Amino acid sequence: MQATDIFFIGFALLTLTCGILVIVNRNPVNSAMFLVLTIASLAGLFVLLNAFFLAAVQVLVYAGAVMVLFLFVIMLLDLKEEQRRTIRKFSLALGGLAVGTVAFLLVRSIWFSGVGRAAQPQLEGGTRPLGTALFQDFLLPFEIVSVILLVAMVGVVLLSKKELK
Amino acid sequence: MIGLEHYLIVSALLFCLGLLGVIVRRNLLIIYMSLELMLNAANLALVAFSRFTNHLNGQVMVFFIITVAAAEVAVGLALIVALYRKRQTAHVEDLTLMKL
Repeated sequence: MQATDIFFIGFALLTLTCGILVIVNRNPVNSAMFLVLTIASLAGLFVLLNAFFLAAVQVLVYAGAVMVLFLFVIMLLDLKEEQRRTIRKFSLALGGLAVGTVAFLLVRSIWFSGVGRAAQPQLEGGTRPLGTALFQDFLLPFEIVSVILLVAMVGVVLLSKKELK
Repeated sequence: MIGLEHYLIVSALLFCLGLLGVIVRRNLLIIYMSLELMLNAANLALVAFSRFTNHLNGQVMVFFIITVAAAEVAVGLALIVALYRKRQTAHVEDLTLMKL
């Protein structure tokens, strides 16, 4: 067993455990914190897959910007009453059954399809090839995404005004 | 030896966790976080495919997904805040009317 395999198992277990804790926690702040951990360990998995730039972007954008936004909104809204409410046992059982079936089917089909059985990790990755691809083959989508960000910003400012008309 | 299928299984399980959160939880913010989990699961699958098939396009796709997700989170949270101002609640059980 190589060191990368051990790292993979560690990061994968951390990701899934924190993912479970995100959805079972009663307190939204705790959920947000566990979501940060999930995202950080996903960044670790990205590093294992040689996607170094994406790992950095994941930490900066998700664990940084997005989670700060989440925490701001959680503290803006008064969610004290969340603690009082209980999750209905019936919906929990039914949802768990449905999602468990989906998970079983997904994992089973991935495992038995033999996808990637022979595939070796090939891509070297790195920031330079990604930057080249972004600014040569994907220049137009890149510019469109910047327009999307602008539109989102204007929309958020409009939505957050006191008087929504 | 860790192969592509292991990454895909982790990604599938993470996606199902997000799905479970969306189905079971009743708080809009938690539902939103579960949506983020599902997006991240898709990202993991794309990066794994990119690594094992020697194509950079998967990583470029993930880059765009992260960017669009950031914009989407900002807009969605602004909507939730606006909704909370109107209705004083962030629970889907209390939000049963389509008009404000």
